[in-house]
Amino acid sequence: MAISIEEILKERVLVLDGAMGTMIQRHTLEEEDFRGDRFKDHTHPLKGNNDLLSITRPDIIKDIHRQYFAAGADIVETNTFSGTTIAQADYALEGAVYDINYESAKIAREVADEFAETEPDKPRFVAGSMGPTNRTASISPDVNDPGYRAVTFDDLVLAYKQQATALIEGGSDILLVETVFDTLNAKAALFAIEEVYDEKGIQLPIMVSGTITDASGRTLSGQTTEAFLVSLSHVPIMSIGLNCALGAEQLRPYLETLSNKAPFNTSAHPNAGLPNEFGEYDQTPEEMASQVGEFLKDGFLNIVGGCCGTTPDHIKLIAEEAAKVSPRVIRVEELV
Amino acid sequence: MEKVSLRLSGLEPLIVTPNIPFVNVGERTNVTGSRKFARLIKEEKYEEALEIARNQVEGGAQILDVNMDEGMLDGKEAMVKFLNLIAAEPDIARIPVMIDSSKWEIIEAGLKCIQGKGVVNSISLKEGEELFIEHAKKVKRYGAAVIVMAFDEQGQADSYERRIEICERSYRVLVDKVGFPKSDIIFDPNIFPVATGIEEHNNNALDFFNATKWIRENLPGAHVSGGVSNVSFSFRGNNPVREAMHSAFLYHAIKQGMDMGIVNPTMLEVYDDIPKDLLERVEDVLLNRREDATERLLDFAETYKSDGKKQVKDDAWRKESVEKRLEHSLVKGIVEFIDTDTEEARQKYQRPLKVIEGPLMDGMNVVGDLFGSGKMFLPQVVKSARVMKKAVAYLLPYLEEEKATNKDTSAASKILLATVKGDVHDIGKNIVGVVLACNNFDIVDLGVMVPAEKILNAAVEHKVDAIGLSGLITPSLDEMVHVAKEMERRNMDIPLMIGGATTSRIHTAVKIDPAYSGSVIHVLDASKSVPVAGELINKNTYEDIFLRTKAEYGQLREDHANRKQVKSYIPFKNAQENKLSIDWATKEMHAPAFIGNKAFNDYSIEEISGFIDWTPFFNTWMLKGKFPEILQHEIVGEEATKLYADAQQMIKEIIDNNLLIANAVVGLYPANAVGDDVEIYTDETRSEVKTTFHMLRQQGKKGSGLPNLSLADYVAPKESGKSDYMGGFAVTAGVGIEPLIEKYEAEHDDYNSIMIKAVADRLAEAFAELMHHKVRKELWGYAAAESLDNEALIKEKYQGIRPAPGYPACPDHTEKRILFDLLDAERHTGISLTESFAMYPASSVSGFYFMHEEAKYFGLGKIEKDQVEDYAQRKGMSLADTEKWLAPNLSYDI
Repeated sequence: MAISIEEILKERVLVLDGAMGTMIQRHTLEEEDFRGDRFKDHTHPLKGNNDLLSITRPDIIKDIHRQYFAAGADIVETNTFSGTTIAQADYALEGAVYDINYESAKIAREVADEFAETEPDKPRFVAGSMGPTNRTASISPDVNDPGYRAVTFDDLVLAYKQQATALIEGGSDILLVETVFDTLNAKAALFAIEEVYDEKGIQLPIMVSGTITDASGRTLSGQTTEAFLVSLSHVPIMSIGLNCALGAEQLRPYLETLSNKAPFNTSAHPNAGLPNEFGEYDQTPEEMASQVGEFLKDGFLNIVGGCCGTTPDHIKLIAEEAAKVSPRVIRVEELV
Repeated sequence: MEKVSLRLSGLEPLIVTPNIPFVNVGERTNVTGSRKFARLIKEEKYEEALEIARNQVEGGAQILDVNMDEGMLDGKEAMVKFLNLIAAEPDIARIPVMIDSSKWEIIEAGLKCIQGKGVVNSISLKEGEELFIEHAKKVKRYGAAVIVMAFDEQGQADSYERRIEICERSYRVLVDKVGFPKSDIIFDPNIFPVATGIEEHNNNALDFFNATKWIRENLPGAHVSGGVSNVSFSFRGNNPVREAMHSAFLYHAIKQGMDMGIVNPTMLEVYDDIPKDLLERVEDVLLNRREDATERLLDFAETYKSDGKKQVKDDAWRKESVEKRLEHSLVKGIVEFIDTDTEEARQKYQRPLKVIEGPLMDGMNVVGDLFGSGKMFLPQVVKSARVMKKAVAYLLPYLEEEKATNKDTSAASKILLATVKGDVHDIGKNIVGVVLACNNFDIVDLGVMVPAEKILNAAVEHKVDAIGLSGLITPSLDEMVHVAKEMERRNMDIPLMIGGATTSRIHTAVKIDPAYSGSVIHVLDASKSVPVAGELINKNTYEDIFLRTKAEYGQLREDHANRKQVKSYIPFKNAQENKLSIDWATKEMHAPAFIGNKAFNDYSIEEISGFIDWTPFFNTWMLKGKFPEILQHEIVGEEATKLYADAQQMIKEIIDNNLLIANAVVGLYPANAVGDDVEIYTDETRSEVKTTFHMLRQQGKKGSGLPNLSLADYVAPKESGKSDYMGGFAVTAGVGIEPLIEKYEAEHDDYNSIMIKAVADRLAEAFAELMHHKVRKELWGYAAAESLDNEALIKEKYQGIRPAPGYPACPDHTEKRILFDLLDAERHTGISLTESFAMYPASSVSGFYFMHEEAKYFGLGKIEKDQVEDYAQRKGMSLADTEKWLAPNLSYDI
């Protein structure tokens, strides 16, 4: 690639893709689709294990990536949100974790390269998605034993190292530590990534994206947005941002904090509004694009996309908004 | 842009900027520095150990140092356990952690537990550069700042040259070879004792100052820290001198750039307050200014032990100007000279009002500032208020005289305070009154059990600027809503402040705020009342606080509404099926020594006082901590000790002069559970039901194996065929308290007025504990062999419980009426019930007795409508009435 993503970020706001799960739900998939040939005799039910589709129904996943690139995304996320031994343990698929990540990165890479070929002026990037796992390193799941931990830092480092290695070897350009609800989990992910970089002698850009769970303005593990930022600033990350849990409108104050304080690029990929009483996201592309457009105009962001409930239609309008504005200027932090 | 020199985080960020010249590290959670903490960790009393951490945070620590380096401990395990427990306490985890150990494996284990950006204390070149680099790289990768000791392969730096040599080398390695962020480097250039008599030590402090200066000038970004108390090591036992040394040391070190450190705030004198002769000698030593500096300080220190200090000071302040003397009396709470000084000021200022508005108010402002910044504590403030009131009382006749000729009245803002109808508790309200009065507010106090109409009429009549409502029992919450509604109906716009033990921000937001379109604000405690009242009354800030609070409470209501859907309940029938199952067939029943009621009149207060649990007493005075440890507490210990002595003196007077009368009644009856009710029978034939208590059952969804509890589960059900029993009691230690309060109030002595109530409350609780003890051992006698000391009693290590109607296990206050009828409590004890079922005198306790070992205290939590309907039916009360009394426990809106 001729020009690095960091260079492009100085020129314009980059667009991340939208939801993967929402798009998968448009297909009516059955247990057999998830199992494919490879897992047809697996002991546990596999329906709902979306990450597995990268191996068993790559056609569907590739098509989703294609739709997002076509809608104007610069970056697509690999289909690996739950691609750790910790999260896959529910399906007894720890053994498939390398392949899930490798294949997911590989197919996203293939689609990105297709687009790069037809549109060489617009580089397309693959971000290896690293989800939070389903366990918390700084909260006890047992209220009667607050000192207990269901997962340790070391467990997480081990799992994330494996995921990061496979994502890199499958062809990711970026690693994205996302939907961080417990900052200690994210610190373990970053620790793992840096170890992998040391071992491989490489250095890919890293994106981090946290989740503010409710109107308290804190992460699930209790940190304020600024504390979250401070806790992860020891790594030279490319961007820090927020995604999921809230819609664009509710994210605004926390994005403003990040925009004011972060010595990195900032990102946001909010949900399509708040879920309705049926747990569905029903914000229209127009509504969401207008809200996102607001803080793009205010210069809060360098990267923007969508999370739960967003579709290529949302991303298309968001990309149009992004094209209208200049990217946020990172304030150089001055130290005494 | 603001310059930032260090960023750390717990749950919240700690951003160090030039506006924060010094970061204070709390060090009591260190097993090497605190014997108490070490003992608690060794005995695995982690909850108490957490209290120490909490005290540190509350006391103003900005970083929490945790050290588990002790030979008898598994330091790694203790570090992990304690850090994990801290993570579950948001009020502690708020601030960043300093992981303190000389063992790398403990540091690394600690780094794996903290989600925020903490500080490692410490690494050094002691074991060579290779290991130093390895550790520094790891610290960086885990994302922490680091303290670097001035220590290398040759040993600890003990001169200026060695300090800067090692710090510079460490810095270069960190910056050039590790790429460590410069501003995350904190040097500890070793604070060593001075005035030890050893000549080589004479330059210790000066070398530290100079090294600090050099580091800040030559190693950009780096910080300097240290443990200050080391410097005065040779003056152990002589706190006045040590305190002076610490503050003088800090004064000079901070000037040179020391920006972080471990300082015990109680071991610190205000630099400007150090007597000049002492300061001169201390600085001679610190700055190594004279050959004989050590000897001179030692000689001077001999004559300057704790007593000497007081003597010197006492003489000095009486020679100051009258304004200074008044301020001194106010700040120190001295009444001795107040009349003389006030008279002198009156003559000087011509008009009495000028004395109040001038020197007296100035003095109280100093008190307010010191309290606001945490440098004075509530008991001291109340004593200051007593002095103030005495001075005002002295001036009163002159004021009246002047008023007769001049109609001009004071323009101070007026605040009305009242405990609402049906409630008799007023200690908190009185404390708020005192604190507000100290801050120049004029207080109109309507007392207790005040109906809404009276409150609002008085508000209009006195043209008050704000109304403060107080209450302790849950029915008072409804009464507050009623007052708010009345204010709305009358189109009032006076701000309404809500306070008291049972009130909360969330209740205020959800129930009271929507009832009144004017300002409604929940005030957490007395110290918060001043800024809130100030903002509400000031025309420039009113709009802001009004809008801000309305928005905040609106948001809270919305969140509350959203949250409610999440918590899940089970149908009442299922909850009943999931009752606590006790195998009654194998249970031993124990018949009491008597059936019926037994009264105890004019019980010995002396005997009762042996059962006092003192911890809540200190809480009343806003001193947080456990008794007796609180007496040694580094920050509040001195005040707590004085307060305790005053309380003891008060109890002695009560006993010597028979000032209070303590009465009790205990009733023990045959009883059996019938469904969720408990039937009380007249006698052992169990043929006649004397009365019925109605119990409520937890309805929240429980984890597997956990029952949905009701107090009814603790009594054998009728169908079991077992002859079980239940008891009840009412005790008071408040008979005769009114004339005492009147007397103190007439003397303008808020301190003793609050003190007598606080003491009577403790005596009532102690009396309840004593009677329970007697019931277990004699009257019911099911635990005749029990032998527990007072501490074990306080921890409730005995069999059986005594829950009170209106409190968490049985929150319906109306059951108190049934209890009182059964016990004939009014006649036996002189306690009466208000319309909200509060007991008067306030220093009273009543409750049920259950004997079985399964009986434990629990909280009912929220209940659903199906249970409320069933309960109303059982009680023969209308659904609407039932819902009104149970309002705080309803899972639904009415």
